[in-house]
Amino acid sequence: MAIKKFMYLNRRSSFGTVYAIESLEVVLVAAAFDQDVSLAFIDDGVYQIIEGQNTNGIGMKNFSKTFHALGDYEINKLYVSAESLEERGLSADDLMPLVYEDEDDNWVEKSSVKVVSNAEISKIMSKQDVCFSF
Amino acid sequence: MLHTVNKSSFERNSLKSCINTIDDTSVILLIEDGVISATKNINSSMIANLANQGRVYALQGDVEARGVSSKLVDNIKLVDYTGFVDLVVEHGTSVSWV
Repeated sequence: MAIKKFMYLNRRSSFGTVYAIESLEVVLVAAAFDQDVSLAFIDDGVYQIIEGQNTNGIGMKNFSKTFHALGDYEINKLYVSAESLEERGLSADDLMPLVYEDEDDNWVEKSSVKVVSNAEISKIMSKQDVCFSF
Repeated sequence: MLHTVNKSSFERNSLKSCINTIDDTSVILLIEDGVISATKNINSSMIANLANQGRVYALQGDVEARGVSSKLVDNIKLVDYTGFVDLVVEHGTSVSWV
């Protein structure tokens, strides 16, 4: 099967709607088919990968832990909007330390998360074959 | 009166509508994605004064679920579900700004 470039735009926070968890499900489907997957976190989507989420008090699944598994599925291009972080009083230090092991570099552990400008996300988006917005 | 807001101020204008409409004795309880508005961000000026008057509450479970406990605007009061019920009892009529 030809490999296509898929980008998933995550624009909403985790628990108020089903968009975030549904996006993650579809991301894992694409990974299972060995596609070239990128994720972008913009607007309230940046809250999906905030470190230290604890859902004990609301009786919902804390699926933020699943993001740590993405590296093992060779999903290691997670772009986070710098503007969206700043508007929300957040910085790169508030994000989960998501990593992957680089098979081309002696399996060195590297960060999957890149904080980039909206302009850079726009450039990356324009190179995709398919974009899904959640 | 008690006003609950359950949407992020970045997604909807329900918090703004609420603040524009309530009287001087009303209190606001931020729940679900509404707790995003309890954090320090470019929209926090909307609630800073009300919080200083002790009139802004946030549901603790929702704050913790979103990992923003350390980011809260000053003087926001955290309540659990029991505290939610107490607010309903204390303030009579409730409005849900869904």
